[in-house]
Amino acid sequence: MNVAIEVQNLRCEFRVRTGLMSAEKRVVAVDDVTFSIAPGSVLGIVGESGCGKSTLARLILGLLKPTSGTVLVDGKRLFDLDRKARARLIQPVFQDPFASLNPRRRIKDIVALPLVAQGTFSRGEIERRVGSILERVGLSAAMGERMPAQLSGGQRQRAAIARALVLEPRIVICDEPTSALDVSVQAQILNLLADLRRDLGLTYLFISHNLAVVEHVASEVAVMYLGRFVERNETDALFREPGHPYTRALLESVLTPEPGKGVPDIGLGDAMPDPANIPPGCRFNPRCRIAVERCRHAAPAPMFRAPAGMVECHLA
Amino acid sequence: MSALLEIEELQVGFGGRTAAVRGASFRVEKGETHCLVGESGCGKSVTALAVMSLLARGGQRSAKRMSFAGTDLLSLSDREMARLRGNRMAMIFQEPMTSLNPAFTIGSQMTEVLTRHKGGTRAAALDRAAELMGRVGITAPGMRLGQFPHQLSGGLRQRVMIAMALMCDPELLIADEPTTALDVTVQAQILRLLATLKRELGLSILLITHDLGIVARVADHVSVMYAGEVVERAPTAELFRAPQHPYTRGLLSCVPVPGRVQRDKPLGSIPGVVPAIGPGFAGCAFRSRCSHADETCAHEIPRRQAGEAHDYLCRLAPQSAEPQPA
Ligand SMILES: Nc1ncnc2c1ncn2[C@@H]1O[C@H](COP(=O)(O)OP(=O)(O)OP(=O)(O)O)[C@@H](O)[C@H]1O
Ligand SMILES: Nc1ncnc2c1ncn2[C@@H]1O[C@H](COP(=O)(O)OP(=O)(O)OP(=O)(O)O)[C@@H](O)[C@H]1O
Ligand code: SF4
Ligand code: SF4
Ligand SMILES: [Mg+2]
Ligand SMILES: [Mg+2]
Repeated sequence: MNVAIEVQNLRCEFRVRTGLMSAEKRVVAVDDVTFSIAPGSVLGIVGESGCGKSTLARLILGLLKPTSGTVLVDGKRLFDLDRKARARLIQPVFQDPFASLNPRRRIKDIVALPLVAQGTFSRGEIERRVGSILERVGLSAAMGERMPAQLSGGQRQRAAIARALVLEPRIVICDEPTSALDVSVQAQILNLLADLRRDLGLTYLFISHNLAVVEHVASEVAVMYLGRFVERNETDALFREPGHPYTRALLESVLTPEPGKGVPDIGLGDAMPDPANIPPGCRFNPRCRIAVERCRHAAPAPMFRAPAGMVECHLA
Repeated sequence: MSALLEIEELQVGFGGRTAAVRGASFRVEKGETHCLVGESGCGKSVTALAVMSLLARGGQRSAKRMSFAGTDLLSLSDREMARLRGNRMAMIFQEPMTSLNPAFTIGSQMTEVLTRHKGGTRAAALDRAAELMGRVGITAPGMRLGQFPHQLSGGLRQRVMIAMALMCDPELLIADEPTTALDVTVQAQILRLLATLKRELGLSILLITHDLGIVARVADHVSVMYAGEVVERAPTAELFRAPQHPYTRGLLSCVPVPGRVQRDKPLGSIPGVVPAIGPGFAGCAFRSRCSHADETCAHEIPRRQAGEAHDYLCRLAPQSAEPQPA
């Protein structure tokens, strides 16, 4: 089977109580999402804050149970695999390496942890693998002896990448891996991820708010809005000819380094969408500049969009 | 205009080993947005925390001068400082999770700030919290006020932090990477809100960010830090038009711009890493990575003037050239 990740009709709801007296509300964080990623390619995911990107990442990592739908990783049903088997297949790199690295352990012990947890590697083998992965991500052996607080943000992110790769997984889920880093260190980390992908044949799911970064690393991009993929296409096509009004709004909101231009108001309004209260019809209609009558009661179905994508908009 | 915040020769060390900030000087004028940029680990957050008297244990600060609205911050007692903090000067922290208490609801944390400093009823404070949440683009504030931090997405938490910092109408807002977890449309909304507060209430903002797109669009002045020093200061347009310090030039050359990225090439970066700087380090801290370095760079470096409000720390004479890779 030639897909690395296959996600079918994935849905995830949270029940939220808003006060002692008030009724429970359902937050639909991921709403009927279907896609696949070919081995060795990179699917970039962009979208509104709170639209469900991290929830999707946690579902695919098996850290969260979906309300319905299936996740196939390397052709196997994710929930048929035990934790150890899952760890050998798929690993995360999160935004904040400081929060995800145990502050009281040395870097080399943190990186060794996934190997130790497998229970099948000898001491010597663990040492050898940790040494080689640290070198691969550009950390010296001396850095391996340090505590997380003694490293810079960029070095900590390298350590988090080393930990994710030490088991040689096939797939890496990156949730805003460089958001906390300055542009130069960000470039170093992204170049490293690109090299590793080429050399080890890795597949990435890559979540980021930085559209230039996504344009650079992703082979395909999905745009998420209120729990759904509203557009997906090959990277060049999506950036050149965005089909969905929300995708266009995202692209127009990018702040290029041009002084004096100010911050654009792209007319989305200040009313953010509420995942506990998804509007009827097209979920984007209250904020859409070109909405027509039909958008208020009929939800648009996914339509093919050249060269190899889809879009959910009546007017695309 | 008189400076609202004045920092002269700030030094911060941790346990005598790390010199995190080494003589940083800059000033934030009343009603301006001043951006602090620089490499990860160069001391931006530590500088902000030193101003707020919130350094981690073991952190020692000293300065020639550190004043806020004419008040000498160095001589304030802990209690006097606590009265300013969150009130007349507020801070948005880089890691929202470390500054939100996981055990309390968003609502109780937001109202506590206001009632502690300004008194008033809890109901009034809740109204104010809900209003500010709306302004930072959070819908259903009623539901969010009743939730705990872990139930919010990263971007929601960041917006809660922003709303919380604005609860007491501060004169100075120190915002440490306030929009990193936000998508670009929400980011634009928040930056427009800050611009409105600046215009209408004369809010001054010290904005720490590594996003040079934001710097270009919102800053009046920029200070560039490298290894604990402010290596260049300039009005924004001038910094982008004629950057002087080789580090600033390198930084500007690695900004990826959508629509202009070359997919098959590696992204531009400044080779090498910031050196570990212990006490007694002399000379230019950028010299191990600088293509213009020579032996004079190991000695004291002059601060040169490139314009009326534009200076930089480098032996090279001012140039009017366009940015080029360092
Ligand atoms: N444990 C939880 N309990 C209740 N609601 C949750 C929980 N986790 C996430 N949510 C809700 O699900 C929605 C999606 O959250 P998610 O973290 O996936 O967003 P995101 O797209 O990653 O956002 P961001 O870009 O801000 O990180 C949000 O409305 C969030 O409040
Ligand atoms: N509590 C601490 N103990 C020891 N060293 C510290 C402590 N806090 C910060 N440092 C060190 O001080 C230096 C400056 O850190 P700071 O957090 O200010 O960097 P920054 O410029 O904010 O970086 P980033 O862009 O990654 O947030 C770093 O070398 C860091 O390791
Ligand atoms: S379907 Fe209608 S409301 Fe939805 S994005 Fe398209 S035009 Fe806008
Ligand atoms: S002082 Fe020397 S090493 Fe430092 S930036 Fe200038 S030329 Fe480069
Ligand atoms: Mg997220
Ligand atoms: Mg910082």
